[in-house]
Amino acid sequence: MTGFFALIAREIRLSTRRGGEALTLVMFFVMVTALFPFAVGPDRELLARLAPGIVWTSALLAMLLGLDRIFRDDHADGSLALLNHGQLPLEAVVGAKVIAHWLLTALPLIVATPVLAVLLGMDVEGWGRSALSLLCGTPALTGLGVLGAATTAGLRRGGLVAPILILPLAVPVLIFGVAAAEGGILAPTLFLLAISLLTCALSPFLGALALRAGDD
Amino acid sequence: MPNAHPKPLQLPPIRLAAAGLAARRGERLLFSGLDFTLAPGQLLLITGPNGAGKTTLLRLVAGALTPEDGTLVWQGIDEDARPQALMHLLSHRTAIKPRLTLSEDLAFWQAVNGPGPDAFEALDRVGLGGLDWLEAGLLSAGQQRRLALARLIVSPRPVWLLDEPTAALDAEGDAMVAALLADHLGQGGLALCATHLPLALEGADIVRLRLGAPR
Repeated sequence: MTGFFALIAREIRLSTRRGGEALTLVMFFVMVTALFPFAVGPDRELLARLAPGIVWTSALLAMLLGLDRIFRDDHADGSLALLNHGQLPLEAVVGAKVIAHWLLTALPLIVATPVLAVLLGMDVEGWGRSALSLLCGTPALTGLGVLGAATTAGLRRGGLVAPILILPLAVPVLIFGVAAAEGGILAPTLFLLAISLLTCALSPFLGALALRAGDD
Repeated sequence: MPNAHPKPLQLPPIRLAAAGLAARRGERLLFSGLDFTLAPGQLLLITGPNGAGKTTLLRLVAGALTPEDGTLVWQGIDEDARPQALMHLLSHRTAIKPRLTLSEDLAFWQAVNGPGPDAFEALDRVGLGGLDWLEAGLLSAGQQRRLALARLIVSPRPVWLLDEPTAALDAEGDAMVAALLADHLGQGGLALCATHLPLALEGADIVRLRLGAPR
């Protein structure tokens, strides 16, 4: 298990040393959201009604932006080949990547949601529901994202392929996420949690399979 | 180079037997009908011109490629163990992250590959003593190669797969690699080494394999 935690710690250390990578994603998230009031117009009621959809779309786009760094560098510099010779099975390596990627991209977005609440004129309750729905739904986006990144790790110009691959798969997450953020009934939140659990449970195995297939 | 005295540690006895091994890359058959056996303490020295399949042979042994024909059998390991976890791989892709310090790099790979000697000891051994606080991105190509070699020391493993281990190293580095290899073999390890340069390994039990030009 030491290798598992060492891998997560290394991901975090690399990301923070590379200079504000997480901050760039948060900035992107906030700025995409800030575009909507300009596009829709200063109608506070309309904005508040659209807010859950806006927050979720921006979060999805921001999560896609960070996909490329999950495996590409490690594949290019040989780290992935060496990790395959570690004591951990490749599945555990991918699992550690899922956790690290969630901590480095999804968590900062959730922390930034109060800023969005102000921009979109949401009340405290609406903000709480949006943040909670992101907390329940982003693990699913992370699992799908890692899967997409693993599939395209060996492609030389695969930068945009992973987002395009996983975008259709992320649609159910978006639907239930927005429904959960709009609140009222419990069912969408439970569906969201179920999708997250399923994706996170399967993604290490499928991701490892994809990496092995791409290695040859 | 400081005089290090490796502990009389014994590695698990492992044998490797290859029979009728063949590899294809794309359309070309690189080699075929390759037979060799390696016992503890033996070094397989793979030579041959560029493109002869030296790296491919190492990747076959590493399990990253499947052979076109023939078999590779590991003896002396558990049925359900992954052979990959017994091997160290050293290639031109050194997997060095420029923003990690040398000691962080070694601590990470030790956590991944298994416990062993202290990182400072290993850095001394490869001639990087006292640089543990430095970011790896500031190292020269030869020094990066030395850091990659230090990873082999911090996690003792019975099989070393070395692809051009002396590339980018100076004369003193060549001698250091030879000394590391001699120690490894002395502890009962196996090594497969693809190289152009003659390694100064006197008294070592060397199996030579020369790959011809691809057909």
